[in-house]
Amino acid sequence: MTDDPDGRRAGDRRIDVPILARVEGEGALHLVVEGGRVIDARLRIFEPPRFFEGILRGRGFTEPVDITARICGICPIAYQLGAAQALEQVCGTTLDAGIDRLRRLVLCGEWIESHLLHIALLHAPDFLGYASVVDLAADHPEVVETALRLKKLGNDLVRVLGGRPIHPVSVRVGGFHHLPARSELTGLLPELTWGLDAMADLVRWCASFEFPALEEPYEEVALHHPDEYAMQDGRIVSSGGVDLAVDRFAEQFVEFQVPHSTSLHSRNVDGRPYRVGPLARYNLNGGQLSPRVRALAAEIGLGPVCANPFKSILVRGLEVVHALEEAMTIVEAYRRPARPFVEVAPEAGVGQGAVEAPRGLLHHRYELSADGTVLGARIVPPTSQNQGVMEADLRAFAQRHLDLDDADLELRCEQVVRNYDPCISCSTHFLRLTVDRR
Amino acid sequence: MAGAGARPRLAVWKFASCDGCQMSILDCEDELLALTAAVEVAFFPEASRAMAPGPYDLSLVEGSISTPADLERIRRVREESAVLVTIGACATSGGIQALRNATDLGELSAAVYPEPSYLDTLATSTPVADHVRVDAELRGCPIDPRQLLELVTATLVGRKPQLPRHSVCVECKLRGTPCVLVGDALPCLGPVTQAGCGAICPAFHRACYGCFGSMETPNTSALAAELARLGVSEREIGWAFRGVAGADPAFAGEAGRHDG
Repeated sequence: MTDDPDGRRAGDRRIDVPILARVEGEGALHLVVEGGRVIDARLRIFEPPRFFEGILRGRGFTEPVDITARICGICPIAYQLGAAQALEQVCGTTLDAGIDRLRRLVLCGEWIESHLLHIALLHAPDFLGYASVVDLAADHPEVVETALRLKKLGNDLVRVLGGRPIHPVSVRVGGFHHLPARSELTGLLPELTWGLDAMADLVRWCASFEFPALEEPYEEVALHHPDEYAMQDGRIVSSGGVDLAVDRFAEQFVEFQVPHSTSLHSRNVDGRPYRVGPLARYNLNGGQLSPRVRALAAEIGLGPVCANPFKSILVRGLEVVHALEEAMTIVEAYRRPARPFVEVAPEAGVGQGAVEAPRGLLHHRYELSADGTVLGARIVPPTSQNQGVMEADLRAFAQRHLDLDDADLELRCEQVVRNYDPCISCSTHFLRLTVDRR
Repeated sequence: MAGAGARPRLAVWKFASCDGCQMSILDCEDELLALTAAVEVAFFPEASRAMAPGPYDLSLVEGSISTPADLERIRRVREESAVLVTIGACATSGGIQALRNATDLGELSAAVYPEPSYLDTLATSTPVADHVRVDAELRGCPIDPRQLLELVTATLVGRKPQLPRHSVCVECKLRGTPCVLVGDALPCLGPVTQAGCGAICPAFHRACYGCFGSMETPNTSALAAELARLGVSEREIGWAFRGVAGADPAFAGEAGRHDG
């Protein structure tokens, strides 16, 4: 290698993406290449800290459900359900029959709208070389119209159960504030029936994309439920053999802070990063997807294990089909329970809850005093947990594609991060790429 | 505004927030393609990789001002924007993160982050209008998509948007929802909260928690006295006013009278 007049050697590069687009929240990418080797790959998160865990202290035990929803405008229900579950555990609450199905149904709505947002508006434009869904719609109007109609269907499910799609108002400790009439839910059946085929076609369309190779060996972590594809509850399991009740989360997974991020990172106790989200769920629980979904997976050539994060768009699509089927089953069986909630008296103690948010495992822990005052709260969102594997993927991918020019490398690196549908608002904040080639 | 024939240029900005209000734009599924045909989406990082420089005809600003860098950034946004509209409780009143304003920040950081020294944050979370001139605001946590479309439409044609300043009570009457304060003794903030959501909470048999902030000339002390008469404790009255729009001046003032 020869030095150039600025002292930079061939093979030294620096790539900066100051604002990472089409992610929820604000962050940046920074890549440093020295002598043809990637020596640093960072996802910088500088979303302003909002201190939720501090704000919650001293509040009443019925309040975290509505307060923690405000952590994320895309997956508020996951927060509401995780908080309710943890607080119900502290208070020893037993929910009435039927409430669990409705919680699963409202989470199906959130998975549908959040996954459609990512598939069509945030992720698909990358594969086809468009800057945004607006440009995508100019060439593929029917695909975008179908995707928006499916997204609206997810939002409609949330609206019927929760009043509005963003920060819905019905989940509470002990159940729901309000239960819909059967006719309000069955009114959605024709659209759900349409959605099953429309979504399957959308998945087939996505399967025609070209997927760059990238398969890194990470431990994968998700909830597992013995009877169904885990969403609103279950045990924490991993590809590394972890199998724990949700209240033992902290024994296995550790949060720590790095200077370049206002989002805490997570590692397993061995110090290695781990992956949560659609790929982890599919790889750990895929056998519990419906026969229709498994047949569609086989049709598009997705085996029982999918380790390529670029293909997460397909797994999200399969999960939407599954959520649509689940929603139909729950709606058809729905009879309004006798009462919307059980009265919950506060108790002193610690309770924990875990939910599969669209982006992956979300864990809550609360400590209450005997009068129901929140003494402490700890919330671990999926994007915080995935920061380690996003950076490891960046490093691995960039190392193999240093032949790309800066513009292409930048786009691909952004896509590597968008594969995880990072919610930076959740994890705290926003994203930028810098590639530094020295 | 843009010259003849050119579409008005729209920018969407994010400060400290949950993303939900700009998500409301993408949640206008039926109108989204019509909207993006009527305006040029010049800067909207959450939706597009193409980020065109200003100036912009209309800037929608989500989020509160809570870091030194954001304080600089909002001033630049103002300079580049012909019309600047704040959207949501964070931008219009400081948001739920403004609940920290009454707390010692060092203690709060230590409660959340192992190494608080890495953070660069202001002591307070404040509304955009505390720092720059704001032409119009949309309340709510989140904003209501119908109000958003009304505001954008009105701005594009140069008329005043129809945004009510009356209370949520009016919306309950229009919906025919029985009063949860009178009928069920729930600590409802509807009588002092600005309309716009469609009175969702009382229709779902729960108390309004004031996410649209205070209405025009709210009588918060009369409501607080009524809540006390119904048996709501001082502490709970304080919590009710110190909610997702708790930094709204009228709500914060009332909450301060119930710290026990």
